[in-house]
Amino acid sequence: MAINTKYARTPRPGGGSFELFSWFFMRISGLLLALMVSAHLIWMHYVIGLSNINFDVIAGRWTGPNGTFWRTYDLFLLLLGMTHGMNGVRFVVEDYIHSPGWRVFIKTLVGLILFIMVVMGAYVIFTF
Amino acid sequence: MSSSNPVVTFVTKTLTYRGGKGHWSWILHRLGGLGIATFLVLHIFDIFLVGASKSLFESLLFIYHNPVFRPALWALTFGVFYHAFNGVRIIIQDFWPGLFRYQKQLVLAVWIIVAILVIPLVGIDISNMLSH
Repeated sequence: MAINTKYARTPRPGGGSFELFSWFFMRISGLLLALMVSAHLIWMHYVIGLSNINFDVIAGRWTGPNGTFWRTYDLFLLLLGMTHGMNGVRFVVEDYIHSPGWRVFIKTLVGLILFIMVVMGAYVIFTF
Repeated sequence: MSSSNPVVTFVTKTLTYRGGKGHWSWILHRLGGLGIATFLVLHIFDIFLVGASKSLFESLLFIYHNPVFRPALWALTFGVFYHAFNGVRIIIQDFWPGLFRYQKQLVLAVWIIVAILVIPLVGIDISNMLSH
């Protein structure tokens, strides 16, 4: 594949294997999320409709005949969405927070939010 | 011009850097991503309440059901579709660098797809709101 020097592409990161993995992960998870979140948003927030959402609708979805499918779908949304989202926040932190102390502090906070949200979400999906 | 305050750096760099369409797409992609990430955290909290406390969940539903929240849903809808399809454009341009010469057309294509999805959804939602 010839390198086109006139039009620079997004540089692939040179910061080691984690950054390279992160670069690929954002693209693979992004493609999956583009499809899965679009479908979720159209179906739950518009076809069923925000004003019709209540406890019984959500409970019926998870405990009905397709319950296992919806729990799996929601688990993927949770895991892909939170890791893609918090990794994106990490990119922004690294672009704008230059003080090493603040950078470590905020990135630790972002990692904690990722962990806590995944645990809270998975708890509901598995125990409901 | 450099500042130690990241917010000041962001605002000045955003307004003074002249990168054309690609630059504005990048800003919108970033702001949209941060907005979606923020709503996602809120959304996991509310669904957590479905499992933790039915009564608390139902007592807080008035927030999402309030018409004041509706524009936030429309903004979220635009943000999700823009971030999704602009993201697909970035992936396409990364893996097929020759397509960078068609960046303007690809950016236009993203806007057309987003408009085709967002305008009917929001339009139907507004007409449903008005008829109730």
